[in-house]
Amino acid sequence: MRVPRTTIRRKLVTAMMLTSTTVLLLVGAVFVAHDVVSFRRFIVQTLVTRADILAANSTAALAFRNPEDASQVLDALKTDPRMIAAALYDQQGLLFATYPLSVSPGVVPSASGPIGHRFEKSDLVVSRPVVEDGRRLGTLYLKSDLQELDNRLRVGAVVVLLAVFGSIAVAFALSTWLQRRIAQPILALAGVAKSVSERKDFSVRSKAAGDDEVGVLAGAFDEMLSEIQQRDREIRLLNADLERRVVARTAELEAANKELEAFSYSVSHDLRAPLRHIDGFVDLLAKHAAPSLDEKGRRQLATISAAARRMGALIDDLLVFSRMGRSEMSKTSVDLSALAKEVVQDLRGDAKDRCVEWKLGQLPTVQGDPSMLRLVLTNLLSNALKYSGPKKEARIEVGANSQNGELIISVRDNGVGFDPAYSHKLFGVFQRLHGMNEFEGTGIGLANVRRIVSRHGGRTWAEGAINEGATFYFSLPK
Amino acid sequence: MLKRILLAEDNENDVELTLTALVENNLANEVVVVRDGAEAWDFLRREGTFTGRNGGNPAVVLLDLKMPKVDGLELLRRMRQDVRFRTVPVVVLTSSREESDIIQSYQLGVNAFVVKPVAFKEFVGAVKNLGLFWAVLNEPPPDRLQSPSPV
Repeated sequence: MRVPRTTIRRKLVTAMMLTSTTVLLLVGAVFVAHDVVSFRRFIVQTLVTRADILAANSTAALAFRNPEDASQVLDALKTDPRMIAAALYDQQGLLFATYPLSVSPGVVPSASGPIGHRFEKSDLVVSRPVVEDGRRLGTLYLKSDLQELDNRLRVGAVVVLLAVFGSIAVAFALSTWLQRRIAQPILALAGVAKSVSERKDFSVRSKAAGDDEVGVLAGAFDEMLSEIQQRDREIRLLNADLERRVVARTAELEAANKELEAFSYSVSHDLRAPLRHIDGFVDLLAKHAAPSLDEKGRRQLATISAAARRMGALIDDLLVFSRMGRSEMSKTSVDLSALAKEVVQDLRGDAKDRCVEWKLGQLPTVQGDPSMLRLVLTNLLSNALKYSGPKKEARIEVGANSQNGELIISVRDNGVGFDPAYSHKLFGVFQRLHGMNEFEGTGIGLANVRRIVSRHGGRTWAEGAINEGATFYFSLPK
Repeated sequence: MLKRILLAEDNENDVELTLTALVENNLANEVVVVRDGAEAWDFLRREGTFTGRNGGNPAVVLLDLKMPKVDGLELLRRMRQDVRFRTVPVVVLTSSREESDIIQSYQLGVNAFVVKPVAFKEFVGAVKNLGLFWAVLNEPPPDRLQSPSPV
């Protein structure tokens, strides 16, 4: 099972922490912004009120054009360290008095400006009218620094940050605790799943209680495990049963095979003996009673003799065929080209007085039983030779090609061929498409070919037409 | 000079045919016929009905495999385990072409294995060849080699 890169614990904690921190930061920012706005409004109000009071106190000095009095009134500002400067202007807007007494140029405007307030770089500036009985006597100018606002902002930020950090700590503790409650059943489930997949042990159960979705999942998982365990048990039982049956069937087969061997032994030994006796005593009789027998009698004795010999040949062939199916097969490299040459060499002796053209193509080297494969080639080539007997010039070709992962070997002759309607009968035991008086043989050769080829994992088939020759094929796996 | 042949064969017909084949080839004047392995064993050891018989070991034993009481393979085994008969040539002459019989016979030390042909003419030919080879051409081991040296 793949080990997760981030655990569900960490994911849960991260999610909760991210959420709470974001919320806190947003709330803190809004709080600080609101505080700054209302505090600015408050200090503006305070400065305006102070300016109005000073303006009221300055009316007499302006009315009597007494700058000393005015300076004295303004001097009261020194009790407040936030006050940077102040100025009093007369009716014409000309500078009348200043605070402090000697002020560096540029700190206060040389002429009165419009009534109102404005924030400069780090200062707050207020201009108020000096009015007595509805008559405008002049203008008061006040300049205060914003130290207080800065302090306020700094304190606010620190408080918010502290609150955020404190909250993060609390949130971490809370989310860890919560996470444990949520993740525990999931982790238990994951542990069970892991042990199931690693040890293939279907007997474990998650036993994770809970009425939430995880509980449902765990329940379903446990149920699934029970089901698998049940099926596992059933499969095991079935397997054991199957094995028992295979053993029993094998024993049966072995018994049947033994019986078959005993049968073929008995056929081999006991069935041939009476045939030998028939032929032997017919021969003796023929010699003994020759003078008293007429032509008919001699022919009948010859028929008995021939029948016995033929039955002997049939029994022998049947035994070879049965042995082909039972005997153990060796598996070595067999050079079919060399094998075919040897077989042709052997057959040439049987066809000395015939005109036969042999064409041996390049044949592959295959894996198989050499003596069995020799029998295949011998049967196919001797058939080709036999059934091309009536032709003046017989032509027999052996070739091979490769097709669909199989090696296909063909033996073609220009002999009497066969009726393709009966081609399915060719490879049967004792099946013959020609009469005994046309071609001799018992009809076991092609059955042997089919049995051997199929034991090698191949197929056999034939093509042909009457009087147009025949081609026999067999395939062998590569 | 013809040497003695021991023919172990339980089937009357086979005995008659084999003897006929031997007669046809003038090989029959020194043939002893026994009907099973036990009798053959008695003959070899000069026991039972053969107590006090003349002559030494046969030049060759023609042995059928399927016989009552003691079969051919068992007789062969006994002969090859007995120092007196270990070197006596034995030819299995049987109807069976079973591979297991052939293998076992050779493992037990048979000298030749001949399957009786169904056709009588071939059978006669086979018996003739056997008789000529083992009873005329072949020089059997001398008797003193077969019996333990007298004390």
